[in-house]
Amino acid sequence: MTALLEVEGVGKRFGGFVALDGVNLTVARGERIGLIGPNGSGKSTLVNCICGTLHNETGTVRFEGKSLNGLASHQRTHRGIARSFQLPRPFVTMSVADNLRVPLLYAVHNRRGRHLTIAEADARCLELAQSVGLGAKANQSPKDLTQIEMRKLELARAMAAEPQLLIADESMAGLSDSEVGEIVELLIRLNESGITIIMIEHIMRAVMSFSQRLVVLDSGKKIADGKPEEVIRNPEVERAYLGQ
Amino acid sequence: MKSPVFFIVCLAVAAVVFVFGLVLKNDYFFFAGYTVLQYVVLATGWNILGGYTGYVNFGSAAFFALGAYATVVLHKVLPLPVPLLMLVGGVVAGLVGLGMGYLTLRLRGAFFAIATLALAIVLQTLVVNWDFVGGSRGAYIIRPNTLDVAGLQIPYIEYLFGLMLVMAVVALTVARGIEHSRLGFGFATIRDDEQAAEACGVPTLRLKLYATTISGALMGMAGAPFPYYIGYLQPSSAFGLEYAVNSIAMPMIGGTTSWAGPLIGAVLLGSLQQIATVTISSAVNLLIVGLLLTGFVIIAPNGILGLVEKLRGRSGGSVRRAIADNTADPAPTQGAAR
Amino acid sequence: MGVSTELFVNAIIAGILLGGFYAAVTIGLSLSFGILDIVNIAHPAFIIVGSYIAYILNVSFGIDPIIASIVALPAFFALGMAVYQLYYSSFEKYGQEALRGLAFFFGLLFVTEVMLILVFGVDYRYVHASYIDTTLHFGFVDVPLRMLIPCIAALILVGLLILYLTRTFTGRAIMAVSQDQGALQLLAADPVKIKRIAFGLSIATASIAGALLIVIQPVEPSVGREYIGRIFAICVLGGLQSLPGTLIAAMLIGVMESMTATFYGPSWAPAVAFGFLLLTLALRPQGLFGR
Repeated sequence: MTALLEVEGVGKRFGGFVALDGVNLTVARGERIGLIGPNGSGKSTLVNCICGTLHNETGTVRFEGKSLNGLASHQRTHRGIARSFQLPRPFVTMSVADNLRVPLLYAVHNRRGRHLTIAEADARCLELAQSVGLGAKANQSPKDLTQIEMRKLELARAMAAEPQLLIADESMAGLSDSEVGEIVELLIRLNESGITIIMIEHIMRAVMSFSQRLVVLDSGKKIADGKPEEVIRNPEVERAYLGQ
Repeated sequence: MKSPVFFIVCLAVAAVVFVFGLVLKNDYFFFAGYTVLQYVVLATGWNILGGYTGYVNFGSAAFFALGAYATVVLHKVLPLPVPLLMLVGGVVAGLVGLGMGYLTLRLRGAFFAIATLALAIVLQTLVVNWDFVGGSRGAYIIRPNTLDVAGLQIPYIEYLFGLMLVMAVVALTVARGIEHSRLGFGFATIRDDEQAAEACGVPTLRLKLYATTISGALMGMAGAPFPYYIGYLQPSSAFGLEYAVNSIAMPMIGGTTSWAGPLIGAVLLGSLQQIATVTISSAVNLLIVGLLLTGFVIIAPNGILGLVEKLRGRSGGSVRRAIADNTADPAPTQGAAR
Repeated sequence: MGVSTELFVNAIIAGILLGGFYAAVTIGLSLSFGILDIVNIAHPAFIIVGSYIAYILNVSFGIDPIIASIVALPAFFALGMAVYQLYYSSFEKYGQEALRGLAFFFGLLFVTEVMLILVFGVDYRYVHASYIDTTLHFGFVDVPLRMLIPCIAALILVGLLILYLTRTFTGRAIMAVSQDQGALQLLAADPVKIKRIAFGLSIATASIAGALLIVIQPVEPSVGREYIGRIFAICVLGGLQSLPGTLIAAMLIGVMESMTATFYGPSWAPAVAFGFLLLTLALRPQGLFGR
């Protein structure tokens, strides 16, 4: 069976700085992957290369067996990859519901081959908002949301695109313990409904409780890939986190 | 209100304005009014790109002049009725907008803005050196005194005024139609956060190209009848600085997020300038526009419409239709995503 | 063909001298746009104001224009800081610089030009200095002093600025703020203050550039407009964050303009810089020396 996502030898430089150096990663359908690594290890760059925000110079990213090289970000979203941003980036001149409407209008539309009616879109936006607990604030501006609500909106917007692969980029930074728990629960629920998820996080508690498999990046290279309990005991991983 | 209804309502208003002008029996109304209407079209066209997507065009004069000079060329080669000239002007300017967009829209907004400046000067230099259209000396366009319509002799200026009225209605309908459509939604996401828009599946480059093309076309159509209006077209007047400033100032002062903003800005500022040019001087007139622009941008960034909304107690920016909401949040259901 | 070669060589020399001057005109923008990412399209307006101030001091007190501009330097520096403060508190703080910041500078450009017209009128203004009418002759090569002196002054200005940015603490903080504001904050340097100083410097260079301009050519208020595209073209061509790149690009454009004016006529010269700009943006937006 073909893996859902195949990252083969992906490399990216910024001027003289090597951000990614021949990274390989395979993600099977339905998996829950945790991606960790010290600051500057290349996690966000990898996500950007998978999602098309940046283009990798070497290597190939394959989704459902087909190469994504050269495709723009929006085309990858149409194919079924969605991501949430590290720092929430809502559309500030629109309501929460309208933020959720955008992927419906532009990603889901194309896939279904017909347009959702206004009523269908409205219902879906409300449903999505409620699923993350934002139902009551559906008509408010993102400026009126708390930190955790913004992150939930970020996730809900990614979900609105009906992805097969969701990449959650540090969606829990700065949240309290119970808030972290809420998000982890949400992501696990999503996974149970069939969405493959890659979680990038620094909060080890969340990563360990969520991941079926743990991948570690350091200085642009993958240094570990396996069961979470085994990976964290890997001496190289310890060294990467505790410093030279 | 659906677009066709809006269009008819606006046409009705336009008809009233036109009849008002006839009753006034003052040609000046038509001459000054033509300029104001021209600005309505220019400002509305500019705003489709600048206000809706956030990409600033400093070269509105270039697109305006493209329409004007397309008319000059055709006038010498194959005279056409003015409405057709407007279509031609629109097509030419739209194509140039598309081409320029294709070259520069993959870069940041700031680079696009600078490129539009460059385009204006390059085009002006080309025109100044092109003798066929008169070069820097300019071109004379003999305009007939009247137009024969079913036996009635209509003064030409009234004909041009009427055409520009219709053009303004068309521009406003197009702008409003876009604003309320899926396309307009996409434009707004580009304005708010282009990268996030891409991640949501919005084909940003394609939409930006639509915006530059439509915007350019409208501005070209505003310029097409200009040679007939003015009778003697020089590059310095076709590429005049007042077009660049006004097409930015009018939407910014009126309000950039809606079709009504450029209309308000154009009518207010356009009329103000007509009065100022006649009573004070054209230099002071431009100074006022510049000061208003700078002032509004600092103090009231959402323009007059924004101020009105604030007075009515709504938060700034357009929060679209509210959907029927449930106040109680049911427990999050399983399988929220299909 | 002797005449053509003479023409050619003189065009090149004139181009180089012009290019040096263009570097002085552009270097302020390299600082504000290239390094601080502030799209200050009003930069030419400040330069023209500089020209007029040099003119006033020259006509009223007989001071050499370039000396006059150095005297005016602190005022321009303060002006720059004030403008940045306004820009920051109105736009940059809120992330609104894309549309509104641009419109702000555009308004500033416009208002400045019109005010100059109202105060000074549209007549060309000249300065008087001992070297303005002198031309050095080396064989068939003519080197007008009114071009040579500004070129030398420009190179000194650019050199000093590069030294400042690479050797002093504040200078290096300025270079750093464009790359990583967070790191700068860790060094207990306030990024806003650093940027304010940098923008002040940028406008200060306009004072000198203005004086050089009015030595080279007579000035009237709309002259600034030709320079908008020119300085952006040079800045982008050289590569946004490279000051030496600006210098080289300035020379290039200077020579191209000079050649175009000499062999095709001066009415084509404005299109050279702008044409280059469009080409660069279309083909190699990072410029010659940019990342």
